[in-house]
Amino acid sequence: MTAVSFLDGGLSGNRVLPGDGLAWLQARRQAGAERFAVLGLPTPKLESWKYTRLRPLDDTCYSPISGAGDETKISDLPGIGDVAARLVFVDGKLRADLSDTADLPAGVRFGALEDILSADPDWVEAHLGRVAGDTNQAMLALNDAMMDSGFVLHVAKGVVLSKPLEVVYVGGLTNAPIAYFPRNLIVLDSGAQATLVKHHVGRGVGAYFANSATEIEIADGAIFKHYRVQAENIQATHVSTVHARVGRDATYESFGLAIGGLLSRTEAWITLAGEGAHSGYHGAYMMRGNEHCDNTSYIDMAVPHTTCKQVFKGVLDDESRAVFQGKIHVARDAQKADGRMLNKTLLLSNSAEIDMKPELEIYADDVQCAHGATSGQLDTTALFYLRSRGIPEALARNMLVQSFLGDALEEISDETVREAFLDRVVHWLPAHCYLAGEWKESA
Amino acid sequence: MLEIKDLHATVGGKEILKGLSLTVMPGEVHAIMGPNGSGKSTLSYVLAGREGYEVTGGRIIYEGEDLTDLEPEERAAKGIFLAFQYPVEIPGVPNSTFLNEAINAVRRYRGEDELDKIQFIKMLRTKTKELNMSDEMLKRAVNVGFSGGEKKRNEVLQMAVLEPKLAILDETDSGLDIDALKIVADGVNALRSPERSSLVITHYQRLLDYIVPDKVHVLAQGRIQRTGGKELALELEEKGYADFVGEAA
Repeated sequence: MTAVSFLDGGLSGNRVLPGDGLAWLQARRQAGAERFAVLGLPTPKLESWKYTRLRPLDDTCYSPISGAGDETKISDLPGIGDVAARLVFVDGKLRADLSDTADLPAGVRFGALEDILSADPDWVEAHLGRVAGDTNQAMLALNDAMMDSGFVLHVAKGVVLSKPLEVVYVGGLTNAPIAYFPRNLIVLDSGAQATLVKHHVGRGVGAYFANSATEIEIADGAIFKHYRVQAENIQATHVSTVHARVGRDATYESFGLAIGGLLSRTEAWITLAGEGAHSGYHGAYMMRGNEHCDNTSYIDMAVPHTTCKQVFKGVLDDESRAVFQGKIHVARDAQKADGRMLNKTLLLSNSAEIDMKPELEIYADDVQCAHGATSGQLDTTALFYLRSRGIPEALARNMLVQSFLGDALEEISDETVREAFLDRVVHWLPAHCYLAGEWKESA
Repeated sequence: MLEIKDLHATVGGKEILKGLSLTVMPGEVHAIMGPNGSGKSTLSYVLAGREGYEVTGGRIIYEGEDLTDLEPEERAAKGIFLAFQYPVEIPGVPNSTFLNEAINAVRRYRGEDELDKIQFIKMLRTKTKELNMSDEMLKRAVNVGFSGGEKKRNEVLQMAVLEPKLAILDETDSGLDIDALKIVADGVNALRSPERSSLVITHYQRLLDYIVPDKVHVLAQGRIQRTGGKELALELEEKGYADFVGEAA
């Protein structure tokens, strides 16, 4: 059984995992392993996994990370340009030679989990598991047991980072399928502000399985912007679990752009824990071939006067499939909550499929909440309109796809990132003949 | 310029045009008037090549070439322009980008050099000035949040930029106040030349006070029922279309 192979010999048996000498971490790994042994890999029998089956894990034998991949493919890594610091992980391993943290401002800690575990184990002990807890989530339990990479970001009280931080994950360079289990810890102390851009890039055609877990603590008055591009290769399976807690008058802004990967699922658990807390949890997905992309989120509006907004838009071609499951939960005392959720999908082929499950669960009586979900095809009148002005059909289609995704991308408040993401959207489109520069300038 | 011979066309399997014939010479402006449901919009879509509007009989000859098998963008490149009755909103695509893509697509098709940014902006400024349009309308997304009049003016701007040989105006006057109507008419009149022709489709006579046609046709029951000079429009305004609707019933 696959579930067993992750834990028995195959992956964890003969190697030293980061922080192996730390008793508290050993205990945590052990507890995670035990939970996972009971839970097993999620199956469609579970309500929250009804539409996503981890099929690639059935018949692929993954090895642990080794760092011995094909170096020739590590070039032209994506980036948004002027950043405060950058970490590059190749096949799960931090590559100091490709990373740059020389100019980190005072009050900011940003490095590989492995290194922080050596340098300051007490800090990690104090924060690891604090937001995620010990819930009965199999993939999180698996990450607890296996965590072998990942990064730490800590921004001290009142420190405002003017430039974004960047993390690049490169996968697919090895011949044999590999698996890795990044654990990321992000902590913003009160009043801190930071922007993080993560790129997941698949190079080559090697299969890999990434099971990551990210814990985010945003203390009172802090602002964290969290942007992600998932451009994995066609053999990649990527399951990501995010737990975030947003404090009083604090803001969590997230945008995930998924443009590639055989199977991906991002599951976010966001708790608006203090009055005035806000989360903007947004994304766009563009899939083709037989790719599968799942966005699942659970937003808990736990206290009064919190707001959340969610805009997810996707474009599906060929036989690709996407899943959107979103739940906004408004606790009994959470009066004056304002929650909005929107999911729209454009189906470019008759064989593409979207499963949508927007849910509102409201226990307070004085709230404003709304959700909407639609799917449809390209507007033939709009297509004819553009073509009647001389614009060739392929270009007209691209323009309409961009137009469709546009208002989701507008939720990205950082202009540089928005432009970089627009560029990725343009390059995803067939025969990217659209004048990207022109578009960006006037957008 | 344009010769339509015994044109039959169906939409969703239903025959709408039933043997329509019409000839427009270079430099002429023809008005097509008719009651609702007579096939006016169908004619304009068939000429522009909209999918789903199927020609089942007859021929459309434009500058000596049969149009029937050409894609909409090819027709546009050859100089056919349709001003829409209901211009489409395209969120997120700036009007100027749209115009830039359109003009360069047409120029590419014709084997001409694309306009560079400076040339394009210079050309666009001239056109907007002529049409009394604000530059602000160029920055906004195509037709999004435009008033009815602004949308129609935007159609005229597109026409001015693309400089078609055959402009088809599909009820461009509907829903316009008199000022907007004049601007639209001025835009059409500005393009008048011995080489260019227009087909003005309208339900009402008032647009024809500003765009004076060489010929007026009455379209009803999918055919041209009568053809006359500009005075025919006034007659129709007075008497209505009852005669033509009744005739074929």
